[in-house]
Amino acid sequence: MMNIDFSGLEPIAPLRESVGELMGDGIMAAPSFQIPDTIDFDGFQKEAIQMVKPAKGTTTLAFIFKDGVMVAADSRASMGGYISSQSVKKIIEINPYMLGTMAGGAADCQFWHRNLGIKCRLHELANKRRISVTGASKLLANILYHYRGMGLSVGTMIAGWDEKGPGLYYVDSEGGRLKGTRFSVGSGSPYAYGVLDSGYRYDMSVKEAAELARRAIYHATFRDGASGGVASVYHVGPNGWEKLSGDDVGELHYHYYPVEAAAVEQEMTEA
Amino acid sequence: MSKEMRMSPYTEQMADKAVMAFSGFQADVRALQKHLSARHLIYQHQHNKQMSCPAMAQLLSTTLYFKRFFPYYAFNVLGDLDSHGKGCVFTYDAVGSYERVGYSSQGSGGTLIMPFLDNQLKSPSPLFQLNEYYLYNIDMHDQDAVTPLSEAEAIDLVKTCFASASERDIYTGDKLEMVVLNASGIRHEFMDLRKD
Repeated sequence: MMNIDFSGLEPIAPLRESVGELMGDGIMAAPSFQIPDTIDFDGFQKEAIQMVKPAKGTTTLAFIFKDGVMVAADSRASMGGYISSQSVKKIIEINPYMLGTMAGGAADCQFWHRNLGIKCRLHELANKRRISVTGASKLLANILYHYRGMGLSVGTMIAGWDEKGPGLYYVDSEGGRLKGTRFSVGSGSPYAYGVLDSGYRYDMSVKEAAELARRAIYHATFRDGASGGVASVYHVGPNGWEKLSGDDVGELHYHYYPVEAAAVEQEMTEA
Repeated sequence: MSKEMRMSPYTEQMADKAVMAFSGFQADVRALQKHLSARHLIYQHQHNKQMSCPAMAQLLSTTLYFKRFFPYYAFNVLGDLDSHGKGCVFTYDAVGSYERVGYSSQGSGGTLIMPFLDNQLKSPSPLFQLNEYYLYNIDMHDQDAVTPLSEAEAIDLVKTCFASASERDIYTGDKLEMVVLNASGIRHEFMDLRKD
């Protein structure tokens, strides 16, 4: 007899701590999200976020082409005007065949991608085959929809290779989930889209696609102050993902725009 | 590796060779540390061993995230020795995003110290590494950890950092506590800072 699996619809943890609250910190109870005891939840969230200033600011992109999916991202994290890190891993490896990208709140993305990785592995064990990209992205979208309006900030792309070939979905914390062939997410996305749209062809080689992705990220980091650091490029093919490059964008600038010796207009003659 | 303090310590030993330095709201931090110690004790009873540093780092991350809607006002740096005996540093934001880094500084003076450390130290970025399956808490034992400093040089650098920070940050001062972690154990050092 078959059972329909509804586990994807269940939230991972109850919203309110039900038992164990009296037992110190509720250590023995299942982990759950503690909610502030306030009527004005929205106002509380707004103030709390302003106080702790979680890391954000990003450029990420992904596109499908003939040989798979290309995924690229910068590596800067800023808290307000301060750059809190130049070495963030914004491309999260969910399993050897699937990648997620991270834009919005760093903690929100990290936590929920890890959670998605667990769910994907459990799906694999229960069904004896890997989860589809469609399925995985829907698991994440359902969770994010469950927490909609509570202040989560996630803008992610789920890219991978499954039984149907390459797959790419955009999922965000507002509950949106889009299937597509070309996405860019984050504060630097308009700049990346400019480069990506003008250079994109479906029949690119892996090498051309990697170069396009890298150039798009570079140009976004050049124009967007909240993006920078290292431009990482990943490729997902039939045999899983592979990291192709990681370049400091400060050095990439001189790769794309080499310093040319200025033409000498006048020269002092030797006496 | 170290953090500012007034009269109460700003560091807490979490495991045999794991030290958490923090800044933020004292009450939240104490509650967080109490919670982590309890979890670590349970872990020791269940597994009969100390928690490894990637495990402790991940536990701290999820613990912070489960207070996502009512955050701990705590900014942590976790210093540890990994299974290969190399030092490792994990840095966090208040809601649990974390990263393994070569060095880190947090708190009100952190923004003054960090660019100086960037200038003085060079740590390998895992992002440059190619074709390797690793997660956040990979063992970086095959790489050179940081700029090779002797222990005395490293301590000197920390002292310089805090002496400078106390000149320009009103919240940094009085006294500096340093915790030195190495193969032979754990050692505390103190230095006086500006008292104003």
